[in-house]
Amino acid sequence: MKQIAVISGKGGTGKTSLVASLAALAKGRAVIADCDVDAPDLHLILRPEIKEKREFLGIKRAVIDPSKCTLCGSCEEHCRFGAISGSEVDPLLCEGCGVCKLVCPAEAVSMVDRLSGYAYISQTRFGPLAHADLFPGEEASGKLVAMVREMARETAASRKAELVLIDGSPGLGCPVIASLAGVDLALVVTEPTISGVHDLERILGVTEHFQIKAAVCINKYDLNPDVSRRIEDICRERSIEVAGKLPFDPAVVEAMVLGEPVVELGGPTAEGIKDLWRALEGHL
Amino acid sequence: MIVSIASGKGGTGKTLVATGLAASLDRVQLVDCDVEEPNAYLFFPDRKLIEKAECRVPVPVVDEAKCTHCGTCSDFCAYHALAALPSQVLIFPELCHGCGGCILACPEKAVSEGSRRVGEIFRAKSGKKEIIWGELSLGEARTTPLIRAVKGMAKGGLTIVDCPPGTSCSMVESVLGSNFCLLVTEPTPFGLYDLDIALKVLEKMNIPRGVLVNKSGIGDKKVYQYLEEKGIPLLMEIPMKRRIAELYSRGTIFVQEMPEWKARFRDLLKNIEELVS
Repeated sequence: MKQIAVISGKGGTGKTSLVASLAALAKGRAVIADCDVDAPDLHLILRPEIKEKREFLGIKRAVIDPSKCTLCGSCEEHCRFGAISGSEVDPLLCEGCGVCKLVCPAEAVSMVDRLSGYAYISQTRFGPLAHADLFPGEEASGKLVAMVREMARETAASRKAELVLIDGSPGLGCPVIASLAGVDLALVVTEPTISGVHDLERILGVTEHFQIKAAVCINKYDLNPDVSRRIEDICRERSIEVAGKLPFDPAVVEAMVLGEPVVELGGPTAEGIKDLWRALEGHL
Repeated sequence: MIVSIASGKGGTGKTLVATGLAASLDRVQLVDCDVEEPNAYLFFPDRKLIEKAECRVPVPVVDEAKCTHCGTCSDFCAYHALAALPSQVLIFPELCHGCGGCILACPEKAVSEGSRRVGEIFRAKSGKKEIIWGELSLGEARTTPLIRAVKGMAKGGLTIVDCPPGTSCSMVESVLGSNFCLLVTEPTPFGLYDLDIALKVLEKMNIPRGVLVNKSGIGDKKVYQYLEEKGIPLLMEIPMKRRIAELYSRGTIFVQEMPEWKARFRDLLKNIEELVS
């Protein structure tokens, strides 16, 4: 079983639209994992039918029993996250470390499990999908990404699927690192803007840091051909394959509104994605 | 006043709006809290760097001479950043949240606090404007300490905060303390779905909010129906225009080439000020 993660650095470069199309092309051969757990959109195209739902317990949270609390202020003084005020804990700021419980002389603090979201295995018309909902504003998205990937791997193993295709989140911090751990290939979707170039160079720094093989897809390459050439130069210098070049194409948004993968609508982007898929098959 | 610009979905135009608003005003601080992929400063090529600082976070240091390998520290650590073996304590600094609990928990007072670098903070001037941003070191996972440090560099007055995408801890840390949050969305199914999550975060945090629809003309009308049903103010629209996208791609703030937009951004700020008061 191979694992490919689609990431981008910069947000909104077209990861999810691309993954939906790759899922359609890989029909039956792949398990898909939506690892953009705090802004998941893949389900809007794949329209999953949920088969299994698991609770995601994120970090614990401190709860203060007001009947035991003497308002001595020790917890508030020691909390490094500014989460405590009097006998109130702000659940958005609490990082679940347990220092308040440790320093409380009145044993008024307990650390409780916190339901932070759900993870699912679903069936879609292109095969199984592992996905999740992280409750708004919750922490530990990296931990939930790891859980979604584990569920995807279990499903791929039981179905003897040859590929786990991961839709990652933008950025390069905790959820992205969790999406990248141990993958065979990181497909980086970029766009020819100065932001896109800057973010591409940083995310390639991360894939190099973790010694993960990367390939690049330039989306909307015709928006600024000069910047697209710069991206190709950067890839050449780093010996990274440009596996796909997709034009600016209104069909991408049309497909999103219809809830279909753009590859099923036809047009120049659809053809470009088919070429990209052939290039990726070479890595399988 | 602090106005944060957030979105949920990535690539909806947060930086386009934050830089467009800043360029339409005279004296303002622009604080880029997207420390993973900071872009706003790229749009001010005349910037002069005036300050650069390291962001360091605490990490435990174990004095092996005092340590009895009792395991209290590793039992306490909720993040598995310490592992007490029979003859030594292993430390995994990138997992540490810097809570200081291991120091308090150790019965031998064998744990003290060192620090390590997780990123850099920059302050630059462009005319009367200040641009502040942070850059997370590559391979680092936790963004919140650096975001906090970047915000700490702002000096008061009118501050625009450009936030990272998403609806998780980085976004929460970035919008925390804002007087108003402007959510930038696009009129597509993905834009709407993530806008809804971002609005729920702001509701939990009790931050006043409004919406800017970017790339209007593409997609469908559902975001407008949604805003009307929920009674959420639609404060501005920026149409999908190839010229705006091309200017952005070159690193040009579009209001500089299309100056009629400056008055619109100033009106936007006036509207926000009215909503806040």
